[in-house]
Amino acid sequence: MESKISISNLNFFYGKAQALYDINLEIPEREVVAFIGPSGCGKSTFLRTLNRMNDTIPIAKVDGTVLIDGEDIYSSKTDVVALRRKVGMVFQKSNPFPKSIFENVAYGIRINKMQTSKSDLNDRVEKALVNAALWDEVKDRLSSSAFGLSGGQQQRLCIARALAVEPEVILMDEPASALDPIATQKIEELVVELKKDYTIVIVTHNMQQAGRVSDRTAFFMLGKLIEYNPTQKMFTNPDERLTEDYITGRFG
Amino acid sequence: MISAASIIFIVVGMIVMMVSNSMPTISRFGLAFLTGSEWKPADGVFGALPFIYGTIVSSLIALIISVPISLGIAIFLTEQAPKKIAAPISFMVELLAAIPSVVYGLWGIFVLAPFIRDHLGVFLETYLGWIPVVGQLFQGRLTGIGMLTGGIILALMTTPIITSVVRDILEVVPNTQREAALALGATKWETTMIVLGNAASGIAGAVVLGLGRALGETMAVTMVIGNSPQISASLFEPAYTIASVLAANFAEATDELYLSALIEMGLVLFLVTFVVNAFAKLLIMSVASGKAGAKNV
Ligand SMILES: Nc1ncnc2c1ncn2[C@@H]1O[C@H](COP(=O)(O)OP(=O)(O)O)[C@@H](O)[C@H]1O
Ligand SMILES: [Mg+2]
Repeated sequence: MESKISISNLNFFYGKAQALYDINLEIPEREVVAFIGPSGCGKSTFLRTLNRMNDTIPIAKVDGTVLIDGEDIYSSKTDVVALRRKVGMVFQKSNPFPKSIFENVAYGIRINKMQTSKSDLNDRVEKALVNAALWDEVKDRLSSSAFGLSGGQQQRLCIARALAVEPEVILMDEPASALDPIATQKIEELVVELKKDYTIVIVTHNMQQAGRVSDRTAFFMLGKLIEYNPTQKMFTNPDERLTEDYITGRFG
Repeated sequence: MISAASIIFIVVGMIVMMVSNSMPTISRFGLAFLTGSEWKPADGVFGALPFIYGTIVSSLIALIISVPISLGIAIFLTEQAPKKIAAPISFMVELLAAIPSVVYGLWGIFVLAPFIRDHLGVFLETYLGWIPVVGQLFQGRLTGIGMLTGGIILALMTTPIITSVVRDILEVVPNTQREAALALGATKWETTMIVLGNAASGIAGAVVLGLGRALGETMAVTMVIGNSPQISASLFEPAYTIASVLAANFAEATDELYLSALIEMGLVLFLVTFVVNAFAKLLIMSVASGKAGAKNV
């Protein structure tokens, strides 16, 4: 198995409190990996170690290695800005900027100076919106505020914004948890579609969602990785008793 | 309910009282009162323009200096400094805001005025005085007492206010906005620009609040601005503000027309600061309640 992301012996601390214990995990290229587990078990913390978003928390401390394309992202030589461009992120609550729909998507293109011309910028914004399955809904109102969109549209806008900087990996932290079933379904279809081009890691507390969108599932509890298997196997014949208990709803 | 009603009653009562007491000059001079540049109480000539000019220009100098400094400090406190450093600096800023204005005035007379006379003024005249048109601002007799000194004192007084309001506003910008920018590969500075974009209307409110403070400030300005009713291109020359002229002349204004002229200026200042402050509060409230800028679903 060719790994896009390779995590070994990862321990994570918020000050003195340990949040992740000795995690080892391989994430293959162009697959969807789902993280499941009871809330507070460290899924978000783990996800945020993959693009060094935890750097913004002063008390956070990481120990162990995370390799992306074989490069240690916690090495002192790592360019964190370049890393975050390569590893995009979509958050639990949609967080568009107080700008127009167009400018939200254009933002990452502009700051990374990717556009070669005005029309190239337009093309890139359109492509990102098409890929996020939002273009048809917004093409006539690109210059209106992003806040005028529905919750589900805002979240797809955030996905488009992430896609626009041409990442290779997309991290999604419960991207549909605040959305209604129809909006959720759209996001799920999108994830499956995006898998063709991107490596996706998605946190979800919704077991059916993990089952529908992911190739592999990792089950966490109390900061420990309990089981990591192909989703099919995980949901039909898990190796661990704890996994089975969780999946069948006996706790959590 | 009763207290709210009584506040409205007081405000309306003040306006009515001031309008009726300034009737003599309002009816006699009309709008010419505001546009006239001659102020000769002994001859019954009352033109308020020098005071309006002095008030506006000294406040503008204050904002030109204090806005960038305040923004810089607030950005440093919320976006850059670790908590250990930010907390004591914030505390000092709050303390500066609480210093009585007469103390600023004394400091202005004994420290700032000599410094401007001997150093800053000379420096400005040497390096900016030669520029066509704009240079006129920095030419002339340097006594250390004048428009520039008044403006700088006001800048010192408005900086802590604007800083603490802007800091509060930046603090309520949701962290998700910073993370959104960072996740797209934004640098620290680019992320700060996103934060400022979220806070834009609140920052405008803080600036307008500072303006309101500068327009109405009396004691410190009276002590350093020179109190001379003239309109001069040079910032080194003495000037006069509405608040200063009211404070300095009320006791000696014995005849009806003189008193009326002062009250009418008080009315102008009251209305302007009232509107400015109301506007500032609205802008700041819109950010604090999340209506403008940062809104999340
Ligand atoms: N910024 C933080 N500072 C301190 N502790 C945190 C912080 N964020 C999360 N934690 C703690 O780390 C643990 C894991 O949290 P999290 O990764 O958010 O879990 P999950 O996403 O699985 O619900 C929890 O006990 C939580 O309280
Ligand atoms: Mg979480």
